[in-house]
Amino acid sequence: MLDYETLRIIWWLLVGVLLIGFAIMDGHDMGVGTLLPFTGRTDLERRVVINTVAPHWDGNQVWFITAGGALFAAWPLVYAAAFSGLYWALLAVLWALFLRPTGFDFRSKLENPRWRAGWDWGLFVGSAVPPLIFGVAFGNLLQGLPFHFDANLVPHYTGSFWQLLNPFALLAGVVSVAMITFHGANYLVFRTEGDIQHRARKAALLFGALLLASFALAGVWVAGGIGGYVITAGADPGGLSNPLAKEVVAERGAWLANYARHPWTMLVPAAAFAATLAGLWLAARRKGFAATVASSVAMTGVIGTAGVSMFPFVMPSSTSPNSSLTVWDATSSHLTLGIMFWAVVIFMPLIIFYTRWAYRVMAGKVTVAYIQQNARSVY
Amino acid sequence: MISEQLVDLSRLQFAATAMYHFLFVPLTLGMVWLLVIMESVYVMTGKVIYKDMTKFWGKLFGINFAMGVATGITLEFQFGTNWAYYSHYVGDIFGVPLAVEGLMAFFLESTFIGLFFFGWDRLSKVQHLMVTILLAVGSNLSALWILIANGWMQDPVGATFNYETMRMELADFWSVMFNPTAQAKFVHTVSAGYVTGSVFVLAISSWYLLKRRNVEFAKRSFRIAAAFGLASAASVIVLGDESGYTVTESQQTKLAAMEAVWETEPAPAGFTLFAIPNEREMRNDYAIHIPYVMGLIGTRSLSKEIPGIAEIKENNRHRVLSGIDAVVALEALRADPADAAARAALDRHLPDLGFGLLLKKYVADVREATPQMIDRAVADTIPRVTPMFWAFRLMVGLGFALFALFAAASYYTLKGGFEHRRWLLWWALLFLPVPWLAAELGWFVAEYGRQPWTIFGVLPTHLSVSSLEVGSLYGSLAGFVGFYTLLAVADVYLMTRFARQGPGSLGTGRYDRDPGGGGTMQPAPAQPVRE
Repeated sequence: MLDYETLRIIWWLLVGVLLIGFAIMDGHDMGVGTLLPFTGRTDLERRVVINTVAPHWDGNQVWFITAGGALFAAWPLVYAAAFSGLYWALLAVLWALFLRPTGFDFRSKLENPRWRAGWDWGLFVGSAVPPLIFGVAFGNLLQGLPFHFDANLVPHYTGSFWQLLNPFALLAGVVSVAMITFHGANYLVFRTEGDIQHRARKAALLFGALLLASFALAGVWVAGGIGGYVITAGADPGGLSNPLAKEVVAERGAWLANYARHPWTMLVPAAAFAATLAGLWLAARRKGFAATVASSVAMTGVIGTAGVSMFPFVMPSSTSPNSSLTVWDATSSHLTLGIMFWAVVIFMPLIIFYTRWAYRVMAGKVTVAYIQQNARSVY
Repeated sequence: MISEQLVDLSRLQFAATAMYHFLFVPLTLGMVWLLVIMESVYVMTGKVIYKDMTKFWGKLFGINFAMGVATGITLEFQFGTNWAYYSHYVGDIFGVPLAVEGLMAFFLESTFIGLFFFGWDRLSKVQHLMVTILLAVGSNLSALWILIANGWMQDPVGATFNYETMRMELADFWSVMFNPTAQAKFVHTVSAGYVTGSVFVLAISSWYLLKRRNVEFAKRSFRIAAAFGLASAASVIVLGDESGYTVTESQQTKLAAMEAVWETEPAPAGFTLFAIPNEREMRNDYAIHIPYVMGLIGTRSLSKEIPGIAEIKENNRHRVLSGIDAVVALEALRADPADAAARAALDRHLPDLGFGLLLKKYVADVREATPQMIDRAVADTIPRVTPMFWAFRLMVGLGFALFALFAAASYYTLKGGFEHRRWLLWWALLFLPVPWLAAELGWFVAEYGRQPWTIFGVLPTHLSVSSLEVGSLYGSLAGFVGFYTLLAVADVYLMTRFARQGPGSLGTGRYDRDPGGGGTMQPAPAQPVRE
C-alpha cells in the first residue's frame, strides 16, 4: 500500500479532480440553466436550451454528490466542520438544487405558460445560486473561517451567515458565477444554432471578460490584502490525524509562498488566464466545442489556483489558527484513504467511459425542429 | 452540555427528510425492474404495446425519480450539516459506502436514465434494453451501499476506536461490506421496493380496468405486476424474517422492545400476537401468546433464550459502570498520551466506552454521575416499547395483506377473467398507499429501535449533533417542510394527471384520451414567454 503521506497528497489531488469534474460537468448544466431565461425568448427556444443538457444533467449532478461523499470519506473533519459551520449557506445550496431535478422533469409536462415560466426561473435559481455560494465559500476559506475544535474534537463555529458576505468573498462569488456561466455559454454555442447560438455567443464574451477581470482583481487582492496562514510547528505528514497537534500563525502574503518556493506552480493561474483568453477567441468564432474545452481548462486553472495558494491548508481557522484543517491532519485513516483511492482508480475510468458514450449517442445540434417532432417525449 | 431541544429537533429533521425521501425510493427500486420486464417482452416479441407500456410507466417513473433525486441530495449532506460530531467520529468508516455509492451506483443510474428517456430513437432495441437494465442495476446498487452504511450503524463491525484521533477507524473493510445485518437489510428493503412498484402498476391498471379504458394495455400491465409482486411479497416476508434473525444477534434491545419481552422466558419463547404493553409496570396487559414461535423466528433453535428487557437492563447497568472507567481513562489519555495506566484502563473498558458516553447527557464529568443519573442512562438503553411493538405488528400485518393481494391477483390471472372481478380490482386500487405505509413503519422500527444510539453501542445520538443554535434548527426545519410540501403538491398533481390520462399521454394515437398530434406539435408562432 502507498504510504500515508503520499495518499494524503493524492487525496488532495483527487478532491481537486472531483471539484474540477463538478465544475466542468455539472458546471455546463448550471451555466445553461443560468442563461435559460436570457438565451431562450420563446417557449420553443427555451426547450431547445433545456434539451441541450436534458439527457445529461442528472449524471453530471452526481459529481456534486460524489464530491460530498468523497469529502466525508477522505476528509471527515472538513465535511463535519465546513458543512455544520456554513449551515445556512449549504442549506441554500440544497434548497436551490431541489429546483433542478423537478424543474427539468416537470416543466414541459404541462402546457400552462405560467407553470413553464415558473419552472424556468426555478431552473435559473437552481443553477445560479449554487456556483455563487461555492464561490463565496471559497472566498471565505482563503480568509479563514471562524471555527475551533474543543478537546474532544467537536467543531464549534462562531461566525454568522452574514459575515460570509464580505467584499472579497463576494468577488470570489463573481469569479465562480462568471466561469460557470462562461462555460455554459460556450456549451450552448456548441449545441445550438441560429438566434440562440447568437445570444449564447454574446453571453460567452460577456462572462469570459468578467471572469478575466474578476480573477485578476482577486489575484491582486490576495497579493495585497488577504492574510494567509503558515504552519510553524508540529505538522507531521505521515502522522495520525489530529488537527490540534500543530501550531499555525496568520501571516500576510503567505498564500503566495508556494509560488515563490515552486515557481512552476505559477503555470496554474497562468493557465486560467490563457485558457479564458483562448475561450473568448474561440467563442467569438463560434467554435463551440473548442471554447468549451478552453473554459474547462480555465476552470481547472481557477480552482487549482485556490488549491495551490492554500496548500497544505484546506480549511484555515481565523479565530483559532491551530484548529485549521490541513492535508496532513484532516484526513481519514491510512486504510480508508487506500481503499478509497482504489475505488476511484477502478470506477472513475468506467464513469468517464460511459458518460462519453452517452454524450456521443446524444451528439449533434439541438434544433427547434427536433423539439417539435418530439414534443411529448423531450423536456 | 448539549441542549435536548437541539438533539430532538435534529432527530426530527433527519427523520422527516429521510422518511420523505423514502416515499420515492421504493417506487424507483421496484418500478425500474417492471420497466426492464416490459421492455424485454417488447424486444423479444416485437409487440409495440410493450414499448408503449415501458414508455408510459416510464413517464410516471420519471416524475417519481426526479423527486427521489431532489430529496436524496439532502441526505448526502445532512450528516455534515446536522450531525457534525457523528461525521467526525465515524466518517472514517461510514463515509466509505457513501462515496462508493456515488462512484459505483449514482453515476450509473443517473447517466443511463438520460438515455432511457431520450435515447429511444438513437439506440437499437437491444442497446436501449441494456440501458434500462443498467439503470435498474444502478438504482439497486445504490440501495446496497446505503444499506451497508445503515447496517454498520446498527451493527458496527470491522472498526476500532483510536484515542489519538478521537474517532472510530476502519479495521476491516470486508466485514463492513459483508456485514450480515447490512445484507439482510438490503434484500428486505429492495424486495419491499419491488412490492411498492408492483402495487403501483397493479392499482393504476385496476383503475383503468374498472373504468374499462385501455383494457389490453391495463391487462398486460396487471399480469406483469401481479407475478412480479407475488415473488417480491414472498421475498419481503422470508427476508424480513432473516432481518429479524440478525437483529436477535446484534441488537437485543430492539428485539425485546418490538416484541415487548419484559422478562427472559424459558426457551423456546412464545410470540405475543396482541398485548397492551405497560411500560410503567414492565409487563403486558391482555396478552395473547402463541407458544414457541418467537424462539423459532428469533433464534432458529428450541433451546436458545431471548433475553428480556429486565435482564438486558441489568447487563447494561454493568456496562454503564464500566463505561465510566473507559471515559475517565480516555480523558486522562487525551490530556497525557503517555499515561500508561490510563491506556491499560481504556483497553480494558473499551467495549463499554459508548455506555459511559450515555451519561454525558446528564453530566459533563462522568465521575460525578449520581445513582439517579446512572439509572436514567440504563433506562435510556431501551427504546420505548409501545410504539415499537405496534409499528412492527402493523408492518408485518400489512406485509401479509399485500402478499394475499398478489396471491389473489396471480391466481385470477392464471385462471383468467381477473379483469371482470371488480372486488379484486377495487382491492388493488385501495391498497395503493399500503406499501408506503409498511415501508415507513419498517424504517421507524429500525431507526427508533436503535435509540439511544446513532452507532449502536458506540456513539449516543445525544453526542452526535452539530453544535448549532436551536433557532437555526427551527428555521431549517420550517424550510424543509415548506419546500417539500410545495414539491409534493407538484408531484402528486403530475402523477394523478398522467395516471388519469393514461397511455394516451404518449400521443401515439393508439389509446383513449389521446389529444392527437402523433407526438408532434404544430409549429407555434414565435411568441415571447409570459413571465
